[in-house]
Amino acid sequence: MNLAWRDIRHKFGRFVMTCLGLSLLLAVVVTMAGIYRGQTADSLALVEAVKADIWVVEAGTHGPFAESSRIPGDTREMVARIDGVAEAGSITLQNVQIERSGRKLRLQVVGYEPGRPGGPTRLIAGRTIARSHYEVVADRRTGLALGETLRLGRKGRDYTVVGVTSGIVTLSGDSIIYLSLKDAQELQFEQAPPAARREAARGPQRTPTDLVNAVVARLAPNYPPAQVAEVIRRWKHLSVLTDQEQKLLLTRTVIERARRQLGLFMSVLTVVSAVIIALIVYTLTMEKIREIATLKLIGAPDRTIIGLILQQALLMGIVGFVVGTVLVYAFNGIFPRRIVMMPGDIAMLFGVVVVVCLLASLFGVRAALRVDPSRALTG
Amino acid sequence: MEEMPGADPLVELKGISKHFGEGETRVDALRDVTLSVGTGEVVGLLGPSGSGKTTLLNVIGAILEPDEGWMKLDGEVVYDDRWLKRDLRRLRLDKIGFIFQTHNLLPFLNATDNVAVVLQLAGLSRKDGIRRSEELLDYLQVGHRKHAMPSQLSGGEAQRVAIARALANSPRIILADEPTAALDSERAGIVMDLLRKLALEREAAIIAVTHDEKIFSRFDRIFMLRDGRLADIEQRS
Repeated sequence: MNLAWRDIRHKFGRFVMTCLGLSLLLAVVVTMAGIYRGQTADSLALVEAVKADIWVVEAGTHGPFAESSRIPGDTREMVARIDGVAEAGSITLQNVQIERSGRKLRLQVVGYEPGRPGGPTRLIAGRTIARSHYEVVADRRTGLALGETLRLGRKGRDYTVVGVTSGIVTLSGDSIIYLSLKDAQELQFEQAPPAARREAARGPQRTPTDLVNAVVARLAPNYPPAQVAEVIRRWKHLSVLTDQEQKLLLTRTVIERARRQLGLFMSVLTVVSAVIIALIVYTLTMEKIREIATLKLIGAPDRTIIGLILQQALLMGIVGFVVGTVLVYAFNGIFPRRIVMMPGDIAMLFGVVVVVCLLASLFGVRAALRVDPSRALTG
Repeated sequence: MEEMPGADPLVELKGISKHFGEGETRVDALRDVTLSVGTGEVVGLLGPSGSGKTTLLNVIGAILEPDEGWMKLDGEVVYDDRWLKRDLRRLRLDKIGFIFQTHNLLPFLNATDNVAVVLQLAGLSRKDGIRRSEELLDYLQVGHRKHAMPSQLSGGEAQRVAIARALANSPRIILADEPTAALDSERAGIVMDLLRKLALEREAAIIAVTHDEKIFSRFDRIFMLRDGRLADIEQRS
């Protein structure tokens, strides 16, 4: 006869409510773990989508994500001629904020040369940019659908959505849209009419507009990225990061502090959960003091009493964790940040919850074992 | 103050003393208590509040170790150096049945399971435990309420289920703490008759703490405790 289950069944409503509260708490822990992973995935989304072997950026910088980088537009042709480079493409990056359906929408615009590296590599709908002007590939999270138009720039030009990507966001979670390089440069350097007039009045010396933020290149087979990168650094006086270096820079430097903050919050939440579980188990145990005393008096061994408390604590933790995880899965789509739940992380969190429940129930177990059986007689 | 019963003593106490606290706060709960209860006897333990009745019940029930004296339960000396906590637990499980003033049934188990839990703790299978529990409930005329939860039982029914639980492992010593306090005169009489019948049929000794004057006549002997001493013994039969 399982006393723990019988006791739960006796006060089932209260058990359900306790588990529900616990599941919400554990859902927050799971969410934090998901955001922790999601932030890494977000930070790498664009880099992985580009599928480049090397990133060529302004000399002395770690661009284009960790630091700003500006290089002439013809750098791409120079890089493409290097031995071992199979193909190269220029990209630009800029942030824009637009209003759509009365809401502010932050976007990062990636300009790329259609047919060259740097553009979207995996679409869930539509096609890549085929015309050199006024077409856009947008991420699903922007809410833009195929055929919709998007007004961008100071001159308010309309861009038609021709393709949709999924999960391509910046490290801060903003959605990414792709334009042709020419459109992106125009968007970057176009000026409002008064500013354009003032610039024209200054004479023929204009700010150059054929600038890009990076050149990405894919290498021919059997050419080690580090070796090609070294050649470019030495002879072209540019900085070069291999794909691995770029990813490492993003995950270890750019988002490191945010990751540590999330990790800290997750740890604090786990401790808070442990304290709350301990309080719940302790309270439940205190409410059963008379029953525990009676069980001891009639000869129940300590293991029966410990089993009663541990099983209830574990069941609460497991039910709370499972329901909490299901809730996170169910509401993942509407959460403002990407939540990535890796099976390994879920398994590890489950293990942590089990250990927390066992540790948290120690207070209850200790209290129960100290109950004098004579309390059953004295009431 | 010793009174030996006629036949095989099941409970023997010799010079039992127990105190709580030290110095000015010292309370001598039991002082040199000696008594003996034999097979088939129903014994009452009377006394004012604080006289040591519950302490004595705890000592006999293998819950509280006395400071001085020795005790034998069913021929075994208890509380010498060889006894461990788990041995006392086993002793309670095998040889002692407890009946409480407020029945103390486990609220999350139905009547049958409240009895079966003791049998399962003693090692019986669930099936055998249930069968034996139902037999006991039938014997105590509460078989028709075997599926009822304690909160659904009347005071008399709950007390009979509690008695069934106390009898489950066929203990030879039954300790009852105010077993009729929550019952009216008629039901109190029924319970006491039942205890007497059990004592005779099962060759058990029953020791009951009570204040309930309406059941005094049902005891074979009544021991009076005053300031921790057995002050008076009244022989009823």
